[in-house]
This record gives sequence, structure tokens and C-alpha cells, in this order.
Amino acid sequence: MRRTLRQPANVIPPLVFPVALMAVNAAGLQASTFLPGFPTDSFLAFALAVPFIQGALFSTLNAGTDLARDIQTGFLNRLALTPLRGSALLAGHLTGVVVLGVAQAVFYISVGLIAGAGFAAGPAGIPVLLAFAALVSLGFGALGSFFALRSGSGETVQGLFPVFFVFLFISSMNAPRDLMAVDWFRTLATLNPVSYLLEFVRSLIITGWDPRALTLGLGVAVAIAAVALALASRELPRRMTRT
Amino acid sequence: MSAADNSIVVERLVREFQKGLRAVDGIDLHVAPGEIYGFLGPNGAGKSTTVLMLTTLLPPTSGTARVAGFDIVKQGPQVRSVIGAALQEAALDPLLTGRDHLRLQTLLQGLPKADRRIRTEDLLVRVGLTQAADRKVRGYSGGMKRRLDLALALVHRPRLLFLDEPTMGLDPQSRSALWEEVARLAREDGVTVFLTTQYLEEADVLADRVGIIDHGRIVAEGTPAELKSGIGRPSVHVLPADAGARPRIAASLARFGEPLEGGRDVAVRLRDGIGLADVVRAFDADGLAVDDVELRAPTLDDVFLAKTGRTLEGAAEAEDAADAQAGESS
Repeated sequence: MRRTLRQPANVIPPLVFPVALMAVNAAGLQASTFLPGFPTDSFLAFALAVPFIQGALFSTLNAGTDLARDIQTGFLNRLALTPLRGSALLAGHLTGVVVLGVAQAVFYISVGLIAGAGFAAGPAGIPVLLAFAALVSLGFGALGSFFALRSGSGETVQGLFPVFFVFLFISSMNAPRDLMAVDWFRTLATLNPVSYLLEFVRSLIITGWDPRALTLGLGVAVAIAAVALALASRELPRRMTRT
Repeated sequence: MSAADNSIVVERLVREFQKGLRAVDGIDLHVAPGEIYGFLGPNGAGKSTTVLMLTTLLPPTSGTARVAGFDIVKQGPQVRSVIGAALQEAALDPLLTGRDHLRLQTLLQGLPKADRRIRTEDLLVRVGLTQAADRKVRGYSGGMKRRLDLALALVHRPRLLFLDEPTMGLDPQSRSALWEEVARLAREDGVTVFLTTQYLEEADVLADRVGIIDHGRIVAEGTPAELKSGIGRPSVHVLPADAGARPRIAASLARFGEPLEGGRDVAVRLRDGIGLADVVRAFDADGLAVDDVELRAPTLDDVFLAKTGRTLEGAAEAEDAADAQAGESS
């Protein structure tokens, strides 16, 4: 945790870049809200979900590169020589990522509310949103940890960032899926789990307590976290070898 | 726990990597409690692989080893509870301070809460890092990092200490300070020290006994004095006054012993019964002018040369060149 906060590069870009991109999109794509069936008349409210997922992508990158550095410097070997259990190491490592993810979520929602976006789910939706942000950060952080453990290289983890970004762009990031006119794009966006994460957040902000969107988003987030944690846990003993 | 338990016993230990490379090829070792054992060899000889196996971080392919009486394969947690290790790279997080590292290590090693701060401060004093304790490690010099690494290895008061090339890249002053601390640990605290090095001087000065490893096999073992006396005869090294006279000097010297490969000087290992005076008298008689004549007692490098046919420095260069070639071709 202390290490995470001591790296401005881990803290500032995940706050600034997603908000900057949201501001640009909100200004440039406001006309989209005139489309029949668009769920809100404020593109800012629609776009506010995106920083949550972008922030989580940064978590992937940060968690992975930090762990890869521990492998490369031999710090993981030092930890392997202590009675520390592998699961505790992973939990400690991901705690910093989750705390940062929640702090990012507080920042994004604050910026959104100050900029005039509403929050349809009301005050009770705020803790739900923060818990969801924690879960998504955990999942993506575990995914970054898995790639770090698998490759042992910070460069490899960083090289995956554009791949993750493609997932974000081929999602319902800029338009509701039912308004996508191009079939193949709508199909890809429907298959893309990132769409459901965005729609969970969007539900709380725009439509309120939409059971379908919330259930699907939560299910996808839980699945990503479960699979990523399982992969990272399986990979850890290979890197943290000890008899 | 008695000091008698602080031993290391290794039998026919082997570590094979993929493609059949045998980094460690059936070594036997016995390190007595409280002893400083120097494991000397060039890069790639198998020193670090041996340390990784003995510290339980790498399972052996075959053979057995007991550290402090515990089997390194079957009793890994028990082994780790009694050993400290500073591996080849100082395993530090550049973003944490020296004090952060020590606090984290006291926590991970399960020291009682009341002892953690005291132990942290004690070790900072011991390794001379009190002033720099609150600076991030990325600003530390190589010597400071090594000292912190040593302090971290000592947090839980280990009975055995593994140091993998602890002074590599350090300046002479830092090296000397680390030697003093290691010697003090063995002398005053009875800690058994297993130290790998490629520095002859380090093994000579610090180690009670030395094992020389080459291509994964121990080629010689004993106290530095025993090993050197096993070579027996001193050598004479001559620096010609005129480079053109080198062949004549070499021919003259060849009468007194077997020629040694050298650098700028011409050298022979003296036969029994031959002294420096005999050589000087011969030069006078032959009218050979020299800048310097030196009688050298055998060194550990001579031992290495005698056992492997290469000098330690030359072996390291050959290993480096092989590594570079392997890297280019891969």
C-alpha cells in the first residue's frame, strides 16, 4: 500500500487520463443523446462509467509491473524465505490495488457529480458503486499479477495494455448496444465482458436499480475476479518456488 | 538449540536444468557449525545454484542436503526458519526506505510486536545505516544496499547465513566493512556462514575453509593454507627491462621450473630446492637486465590453475564469452 502511494505514476495517470477522456467525449459526443432510445440526455452521465473501467485497466498495469519488478529484483525470493504464505502475499499485493481503485472511484463520481451528472440510484447506490469498483480492481489487478507471474517481465505486462484497451473500445463504451447500427460491432460488444461492467455502473448513474444490468455486471465482475485470482494463485508457486 | 546443529551436510547434490545442463554435478560438502565456508569459482560454476538449493528456493534434481539438521526438500519451512540469506542481487524494493524494509521483514518473520522496533534500530546501527534509514533504497550506494541486505538476512537471528557473492561490485572500503561484520557474526554469535565468491582475496581472508567449484564439481577443498601448501612450490615472476629480452629471460627461467602463463611478466613455478637467489645469480651470469623479480607464495588462483588448468580470471572470461555467444545465438 505504502509502495503504491509512493509512485505518483501509479496514482496520478489513472485519475487524470480517464477524466480527461471523459471530458473530451462528453463534449464531442453530446449529439448522440438525440438518437431515439438513447438512455439519457447527458452524455457526461453516459460516459461517466468509462473512467471506472479505464481506472481498472491502469490497476492491471500497475499491479503487474509492481509484481514483475519484485520478481526481477529478487524481492520475491526474499519473501519466499520468510514464513509468508503465497496467498497472503497476493492478498497484500492486491490490497493496494483495491484501495487505489476505490479512491479512483470516489474521485470519478465526485468529478461527475460536480460536473452536473445525476446519480439515479440515490445515496444507497454510492457504496454499491464503490464495492463494485473494488471488485473490478481486484479482478483486473489479479489479472495483471497473473501476467507478471507468468512472464516475470514488467515490459510484457505493459505490452498488454493496448490489448486491454481494445477490449474497452469494442464495448458499449460510447453507445448503448441496442443502438449500434453495425452488426459485427454490436456482436463483439455483446460478447465483450467489459460492456457488462460499463452497464452496471451506467445503471446506477442513469437508470437506477436495473436488476438485469446489475446482475449481469456483478456476475461478469465476479467471474473475472474468480478466474484471475485462480490463475494468479496457480502461477504464484511457480515463481515463488520453495520446498 | 545447540551449536552442533548449525551444520550443512550435502551428499551427491545434483541440479539439472532443461536441455540436460548440469549446473551442479554431484557435490559433497560438510560445513561445521560456526565455520565460514568459502565457495570459490568463476561465473557459471554452480555456486548460486548450490545456494538456491540449500536455501530451499530450488529443488535439487537428486542427492540430499541437510541444513541445521533439516532436509532441504522435506523440511523446507524448518530450514528457512533457521537460515538467513543475502542472494546475488540485493533483493530490495527501490521505493521503500531502509527502515521500511526492516520493519516489513520483522513483521514477516513473526517477531513479537514489542521487539520489531528494537530489532530494526539495532540492525540499522549494526550495519551503519541509521543516518540513511529513512531514505528510499533507490538512492543507496551499492555498499549500502548490500549492508541493508545483510541486515534483512539477520532479522530473525539465523543460525546459518548464506551470502551469495556479497561483495560483488563493492569498493574496497565497503568490502572490508562487510568482511568484518561477517567475521564478527561467526566469531561472536557462532553463526555458520556459507559464502560464495569469485574473489580470491575474499576467500583467503575470510573463509576458514574453501571449496573450489568448477563446471558444477568441487575440484578442491580445504583451508586456504592447506590448499596453497598442496600446490607446494612458490613461483618467480620477472619483469624484463627490455621487451626484446623476453625470450632469453624465459629460456633462462625455464631451467628452474615449469613456465606459467602470465601477462606482462615471465614466470615459472620453481622446482623443489630452487630459491630466488639461484634465479638472480643466473640472470647475472647470463647478463640479463630485469626491472623486477618477485617471489610469490602460491595463491588460491594457483590452486584453481593447478586443479582446472585455467586461472580463475580466465575461467570467468571464458564463461562470460560463452554466455554472450549463447545469448547471441538464442
